[in-house]
Amino acid sequence: MKGFLALVGRDLRLSFRIGGGPFLGLGFFLTVTAMLPLGVGAKLNLLGEAAAGFLWVSAALASLLSLDRLFQADAEDGSLDQLALGTLPLEFAVFAKALAHWLTTGLPLTVAAPVLALMLNMPEGGYTALFVSLLVGSPVFSFAGAIGAALTAGLRRGGLLLSLVVLPLFVPVIVFGAGAVSAAINGFESWAAFEFLGAVSLFAMVLGPLAGAAALRIHLS
Amino acid sequence: MTQAVAIAGENLTCRRGDRILFSELSLEARPGVLTLLTGPNGSGKTSLLRMIAGLLKPEAGRIVFRHPDGAAFEEEAAQLIHYAGHHDALKNQMTARENLAFAAAWHGAARDPAAALERLGLKRQIDLPVGYFSAGQRRRAAFARCWMSGRPVWLLDEPTAALDSAGRALVVDLIAEHVASGGTVVAATHEPLAEGAAEFALA
Repeated sequence: MKGFLALVGRDLRLSFRIGGGPFLGLGFFLTVTAMLPLGVGAKLNLLGEAAAGFLWVSAALASLLSLDRLFQADAEDGSLDQLALGTLPLEFAVFAKALAHWLTTGLPLTVAAPVLALMLNMPEGGYTALFVSLLVGSPVFSFAGAIGAALTAGLRRGGLLLSLVVLPLFVPVIVFGAGAVSAAINGFESWAAFEFLGAVSLFAMVLGPLAGAAALRIHLS
Repeated sequence: MTQAVAIAGENLTCRRGDRILFSELSLEARPGVLTLLTGPNGSGKTSLLRMIAGLLKPEAGRIVFRHPDGAAFEEEAAQLIHYAGHHDALKNQMTARENLAFAAAWHGAARDPAAALERLGLKRQIDLPVGYFSAGQRRRAAFARCWMSGRPVWLLDEPTAALDSAGRALVVDLIAEHVASGGTVVAATHEPLAEGAAEFALA
């Protein structure tokens, strides 16, 4: 447990010292959201209707920004060898790193999303649903994303390939996440969608570390 | 007194891509002896070290960690060894102390991070980000981590590369000290690190 927390702490610290921590992803999220009305025009109804889906897709892309460095930096400087030789199995290292990634991307994006939804004129009634759906669903971006990050750890320009590998994994959460918000706006019960998002998240938290560690072991040998 | 661990590699074959680096190789590293792996570049010294560390699966053969009386260890290799690879595995954005403190938490350690850095002559640089270190200072910090670990088996890849003569003497001393206390050291190197070392030459 001590090692696990130390690794989460190390990655949080590094994220703040290298990439401005949560602010890089947040800045991207904000900028893209500010650009949508510029592209679509000041059609308030249209923007409001598209807000939930758009914010979910932007959150996925913002998470993707820092995902390619998740294991690459450790692979380059030899830290990955040390992580593989710890007192905890490599699976825990992948879990800890994915958790730190979520704390610096998914969580701040979740907090910022309702404010940005207001900017996009999202109808009342969807704000709580947006926040809860992102809170429950966004861990998938980090934990399922860790599989792709592990697979592309050894590639110099792995970022593009990484998007191709992991974006399809994000489809179910985006569908149900944006769906839950629409349902809430239209006055329907969205509880089932939250449950589904939670299930996918838990599934990703188990499968991501297992598959990620397997991919890293191949990279190491 | 360090725990005595003997390492036996039996009929090891190493394949990298289509090339067989070595095959049918058997090696023994005894506690209280410094074992040097020598051989030209590309002969498989690093691969052999990574195999012993358990990072690389041998194509054939196996590696056993034994007590001196012949009984195999129950622990996994990862709990007996410290692997100091040719990459320093230090984070540029963290200070030397932070780097070693993390290693101590992740691997467990027998000594204090600050004491280890001091021992390697990095007392003044303890709270300096490693990114400002020279290649030799990085090497010292990486070796400090090895010394701090307290693991019985040290697997060292070019431990004296980039070190000045004082640093080299320090590392040679600490290796000798570890070996004298019953530790097992396997080092891939081009330098004669100590007299009386067992040499294992890879072709």
